[in-house]
Amino acid sequence: MDWEYFLELLLGGLTRGSIYALIALGYTMVYGIIELINFAHGEIYMIGAFTALIVASVLNYAGMNHVAVAILAMVAAIIYSCAYGFAIEKIAYKPLRNAPRLSALISAIGMSLFLQNYVLLAQTPDFLPFPSLIPDFDFWEPYAHIISSQEIAILATTVSVMILLTVMIKFTIIGKAMRATAQDRIMAALVGVDINRVISVTFVVGSATAAIGGVLIASHVGQINFYIGFIAGIKAFVAAVLGGIGSIPGAVLGSLVLGWTESFFTGYISSDYEDVFAFLFLVLILIFRPSGILGRSETQKV
Amino acid sequence: MNVRGELKKSFQISAWFMFLTFPILVIRVNTVENVIEWRWYNMAIVGVSTFLGSALWRYLLSVKEKSQRINAASPGNMTSFQKAFSDKRFFYPALFILIGFVISFPFLFSMYQANIMITALIYVMLGLGLNIVVGLAGLLDLGYVAFYAVGAYSYGLLNFHFGLGFWTTLPIAAILAALAGILLGYPVLRLRGDYLAIVTLGFGEIIRLVLENWGEFSHGPSGIANIPRPSLLGIDMTLTQNTIFTYFVMIGLVLFTIFVVNRLQNSRIGRAWIALREDEIACQAMGIDRTRTKLTAFALGATWAGMGGVVFAAKTTFINPASFTIWESVIILCIVVLGGMGSILGVISGALVLTLLPEYLRAFSEYRMLIFGIMLVSMMVFRPEGIIRNVRRTYTFSKE
Repeated sequence: MDWEYFLELLLGGLTRGSIYALIALGYTMVYGIIELINFAHGEIYMIGAFTALIVASVLNYAGMNHVAVAILAMVAAIIYSCAYGFAIEKIAYKPLRNAPRLSALISAIGMSLFLQNYVLLAQTPDFLPFPSLIPDFDFWEPYAHIISSQEIAILATTVSVMILLTVMIKFTIIGKAMRATAQDRIMAALVGVDINRVISVTFVVGSATAAIGGVLIASHVGQINFYIGFIAGIKAFVAAVLGGIGSIPGAVLGSLVLGWTESFFTGYISSDYEDVFAFLFLVLILIFRPSGILGRSETQKV
Repeated sequence: MNVRGELKKSFQISAWFMFLTFPILVIRVNTVENVIEWRWYNMAIVGVSTFLGSALWRYLLSVKEKSQRINAASPGNMTSFQKAFSDKRFFYPALFILIGFVISFPFLFSMYQANIMITALIYVMLGLGLNIVVGLAGLLDLGYVAFYAVGAYSYGLLNFHFGLGFWTTLPIAAILAALAGILLGYPVLRLRGDYLAIVTLGFGEIIRLVLENWGEFSHGPSGIANIPRPSLLGIDMTLTQNTIFTYFVMIGLVLFTIFVVNRLQNSRIGRAWIALREDEIACQAMGIDRTRTKLTAFALGATWAGMGGVVFAAKTTFINPASFTIWESVIILCIVVLGGMGSILGVISGALVLTLLPEYLRAFSEYRMLIFGIMLVSMMVFRPEGIIRNVRRTYTFSKE
């Protein structure tokens, strides 16, 4: 067995998994609170990447310093993704909060379709090269063939986002309100939680993490188009389901498991069927353990 | 006072959207030539259209709230359209004109028009098939196009390897698609609505990716060419005659579909589907076999997709995996949603509107999917029952 190749796949899977985790968090948080699969979540990730690309190009054109460009592009991506997440919730989901679930789901698909085509028409159907926002550090050069400095940046960002999110949910007032709403929406409203605000905040926070993931992966891969959100969204959803949808540690765990299995599958078996594999994985989880690794199985009531 | 408040609100929303769409709509970076395009006119368009749009949006929401209050008082009333439809004085002449139009259509118009009509009729059939799964049984199937692909490829491959003709393959493809439906339905039976949507979507993508990558079986992305058109007792036909013949085959198939779906709707199994859609647990408590009911819905829905696929392959004489993407499923879903879930007449009109309008409004064809997206959202928000609401059979008591 070639240990270096193995290590490479292991770390590659870790990076892949941490990107999935950033997107999966949004799915799982929204699902935890309003029990809706936000189909448009992958599109938010894509819009984050596009905003970063546009802002970075404009600033580069203006001849700004490299670090400033990277930070400003990231900030702009987060702000715009949050704004889109907020607007999507207000337009497509809020009027349907008491409607049958099928309606909200169809509305979510419509939103996803709309956003994809909006970017397609407003920008371009082709792949755009994405500037590398994270530089290759010189001192890391000897180890770069195992894990590049970009991958390290991705891992570090993911870990810090996770810590921030955990702190927010565990120790702040709004985090408490979110947990209360997730447990029982009506009861939370009765004890004075502003449900609309909690839901909006959830969408905004989920969108922010998706935007961070979007910018990181786009700068890692080096190109984007309007379609990247779809596959990434599906895979992140698979990860969220794998971990147990609605559970935040579950989403992270599920993403890592998916990242590793994908990385080893493509590394040792075949890369043609990479996407097929993710879908098959999803089908198998849903058949054998629909509640996921960390999820609780819920009983349905009439 | 109210008007001023509304104006202010609209203004705020329009400013918000101008901010929202600013980077993506206004700036375009040309990375090859390193030029930045500023398209300020787009911002003006967004500003004006969202100003009007948001006013319309709030007006429609208030209308909907009012009508809900009225509807709560008297449920189950028919729309004026349906009232006119059930009136015999109006119904028979209309039916007569319709039949005349349908029969004379390919002779009155060009072959181009007839071809468009055939496509529209295929979508009518697909819509009616998906209507069984989504509209009646309430199972959101986003991989419906997979069965369409199964149909098209069964004709393509059976013809390529064994030389089977259109009429032999039609039932075979229907059976194969139904089997695929059962195959998909069986593992996902326990899943609830939203999981089901994702799994079926995944299934649709798996089929497409397999068709694309497994070259020895499906000829890969280059597809299968030279598929024969439908034949009639071995008579040699010119292209024009064949198109007309295909048109009538399709009319026949659509009539057959309408007949079967209509009979199914009021049958024991049809009522079981509707009961399942309304409440699964209550439905099981009433003694309905959930597994069997869901599987029949999947299988019967898939059957029509299989037959539609055969006609599609025969009409275009060429198939490749690119025709069977997830967006095809979404278009069929749009047809069912726009027309009215569960309503046959609704689905037919939805299919005709959504396939014929983009054909005749070529100028808007690039905005087609964008408009479909807006349509899905706004239909769900304002009129979830579709254009033509499905009216269930009800018993009315007449006072004597």
